[in-house]
Amino acid sequence: MLDNGGTIADATWAHLLLALPAIVISFVVAVPVAWVASRFRRSRFSLLLLAGLIYAIPSLPLFIILPLVLGTSVRSIVNVIAALGLYGVALMVRYAADALDAVSGDTVLAATAMGYGPWRRFFGVQLPLAGPALLAGLRVVAVSTVSLVPVSALLGVNSLGLLFTDGFQRGIFAEVLAGIVATVVVAVVVDLALVMLGRLLMPWEIPRVRRDGRRDAEVETVAPS
Amino acid sequence: MQIGPPQLARVGRWVMIEFRNTSKSYDDGTLAVSELNLTAASHEITVLVGSSGCGKTTMLRMVNRLVTPTSGQVLIDDVDVADRHPVELRRSIGYVMQNSGLLPHRTTVDNIATVPVLRGTPVREARKRALELMETVGLDRSMARRYPWQLSGGQQQRVGVARGLAADPNILLMDEPFGAVDPIVRADLQRELLRLQAELGKTILFVTHDIAEAITLGDKIVILAKGGRIAQQGSPAEIMAEPKDEFVTSFLGLDGGRSLHVDGDLVVDPSGRPVGRLA
Ligand SMILES: Nc1ncnc2c1ncn2[C@@H]1O[C@H](COP(=O)(O)OP(=O)(O)OP(=O)(O)O)[C@@H](O)[C@H]1O
Ligand SMILES: [Mg+2]
Repeated sequence: MLDNGGTIADATWAHLLLALPAIVISFVVAVPVAWVASRFRRSRFSLLLLAGLIYAIPSLPLFIILPLVLGTSVRSIVNVIAALGLYGVALMVRYAADALDAVSGDTVLAATAMGYGPWRRFFGVQLPLAGPALLAGLRVVAVSTVSLVPVSALLGVNSLGLLFTDGFQRGIFAEVLAGIVATVVVAVVVDLALVMLGRLLMPWEIPRVRRDGRRDAEVETVAPS
Repeated sequence: MQIGPPQLARVGRWVMIEFRNTSKSYDDGTLAVSELNLTAASHEITVLVGSSGCGKTTMLRMVNRLVTPTSGQVLIDDVDVADRHPVELRRSIGYVMQNSGLLPHRTTVDNIATVPVLRGTPVREARKRALELMETVGLDRSMARRYPWQLSGGQQQRVGVARGLAADPNILLMDEPFGAVDPIVRADLQRELLRLQAELGKTILFVTHDIAEAITLGDKIVILAKGGRIAQQGSPAEIMAEPKDEFVTSFLGLDGGRSLHVDGDLVVDPSGRPVGRLA
């Protein structure tokens, strides 16, 4: 039993080690691509089509083909992270493009009028204002990534997915069930963590009414950048 | 008294903003401003009035290079704005937008502090100055940490004005800054602006639909017809006394039912209610 506990903890850790970098990659790569799609109208259709096609590649073949491109071994975690990241990016690009499109043109114009240069305007105005919609997209990507990780267990890479394959091979139903429950718990925890991060980074989103009815915020706000 | 061509109005006066044969047609072919010649003198409030779509916003935006003229020039102190770096230029000009244009993710103080911070003022210092400016425009300090959506329309407009003033620019472009508020708040904001202007002496280009507002605020009023064509320009008294043509007469409401007339330095409507004061 103790041994099982240790296995689950190890597997959870391995699971996160695959999922978290892939989620970060999804965000960091998708946002610039989405910026291009949103900024240059003509590129939008082809970029989103490409993203849709990538997302349509079946996962198992991708895990096997990707090493040929990357020069890694099939069982390397780099391979798994790259594949997960690719799906994440493909999924995230559309959310991010829509999020950037939805930022009010008037607000962006106001920022330009005050003397924001293009870079500062993007990071200081457009990105934060797209934040809530970006976060909504990222939550979908995060949950989908966490639940995609177990497929890599078929290649023999360690994650909660090994509980499925191992339990299935040995006919231990409880092990399969533990794997499912643990995966769901990881997905929920990652999702909650993203929500908390959002609250922290986007304080303007929540009505700041305190219990005593005063609306003034006690939190130091983010400085203009 | 008739005001001559803009070249004459310049005599003996340091030119601040000058449109020289400036035209703008947008990509879809709309001719928004056509061959505009206009001077806004330094330390004065020049009010642009005209009906919707006559090119007022386009004119303002050509000054801070949000819009590039198709032909002609806009000069500030005899320097073509096209020769200045757009970002630097914009940081040196206060712009108060139609609908306030506040950044929704920044608190009142941080909205006001935006331009000074962009220009490199330390955040702490810029916020301190922003708090002072809140007082100047009649905003209670308790608003400092609110986000724009937590403010009323009139309060947002005041924040917009404070933000325009924050970097102490010589030029202020105000595009219907008091458009979205009720008449009482509007009158209050107008008074504040005049009080500030007496102190600060900015060169202000002020856009409005409202002729009474133009009369109250303007050192010079420019009445515009479609395509940014100048129907008449001059001091409020001059324009009220001698409307140049029927267009101006009807625009001033001097014809027909709701006729305005001058009583001392007040402009009053038929019921005797003052609608503006000649500056
Ligand atoms: N980006 C644009 N593209 C095409 N046409 C435009 C654009 N901006 C303005 N116009 C057109 O140019 C003309 C002048 O517009 P402008 O916004 O300068 O008018 P305005 O006098 O400020 O009107 P309002 O009083 O309603 O604000 C209008 O016919 C408008 O439709
Ligand atoms: Mg306008």
